[in-house]
Amino acid sequence: MIALIVFGAVFVFALGCSIAMLFAKNAVHTALFLVGSQVALAVAFLLQGAHFVAAVQIIIYAGAIMVLFLFVVMLLGVDRSEVLVEPLPAQRQVALGLGTLLAAGITYIALTSVDLIGADRTQALAAINRDPGNVLAVARTLFSRYLLGFEATSVLLVTAIVGVMVLARRVDSVTSLSASTPSSEEREVA
Amino acid sequence: MTEVAPGYYLALAGLMFSIGVIGALVRRNAIVIFMFIELMLNAVNLMFVTFSRIRGSVDGQILVFFVLVVAAAEAVVGLAIILVIVRRRASANVDDVSLLRW
Repeated sequence: MIALIVFGAVFVFALGCSIAMLFAKNAVHTALFLVGSQVALAVAFLLQGAHFVAAVQIIIYAGAIMVLFLFVVMLLGVDRSEVLVEPLPAQRQVALGLGTLLAAGITYIALTSVDLIGADRTQALAAINRDPGNVLAVARTLFSRYLLGFEATSVLLVTAIVGVMVLARRVDSVTSLSASTPSSEEREVA
Repeated sequence: MTEVAPGYYLALAGLMFSIGVIGALVRRNAIVIFMFIELMLNAVNLMFVTFSRIRGSVDGQILVFFVLVVAAAEAVVGLAIILVIVRRRASANVDDVSLLRW
């Protein structure tokens, strides 16, 4: 019963924040509504027994990534208002219609055909969460079966860091860097 | 504790994903479009966690971890690209970036 009430609150809060994102004119307000829906989703993760993922959702998504978004919004100027003139004819109507169709389709599939997957195994996750614990089970699976993927994410992150450093530097520093490169090579040769 | 049927969680995820699609199609600010893409990734994360519960294993939660890493890398690189565009064109409107448009 408590789970039902909490799920209802999460449902209303997450959907309300998502819909409010659509109508918020200011980019900062959009980001704050996104944080609200992410926190609601973290509660939904907790309700389903994904403790590690819920904590990571709060720390990384609602914390780190959204701070990065707000930082860039501040860097580009908060008071710059979004252009609300739509250049394409009927773009909004078509987007709304197709989005509603997508929502109806996913909701229909979710509510009708999910029992085909075998919903009687839902107690297995609760047993896993009791015996070794959720974090331990996630760690054991991540570092055994998904070890290669885990190492690949480190390569991805290093690539992203290098790419961002190349993208975000100023143009005048590029010229000074290319001017100083031959001298360092000469120094190595000498 | 987990007595709500998984179908309702999947329905919530589907509705949030659809809102993300509509927002990414309707809004014109590049940063706001990125936020809606993050909303879509969040909805997919909820689906992964729900399927993990349905199947009774933690594999879905590990996929959420991978989605998180990809989302972080995508957000960082994308925001850097937006920063460069704004530096050159003084606008974050996606309609202004039409150099490659046919």
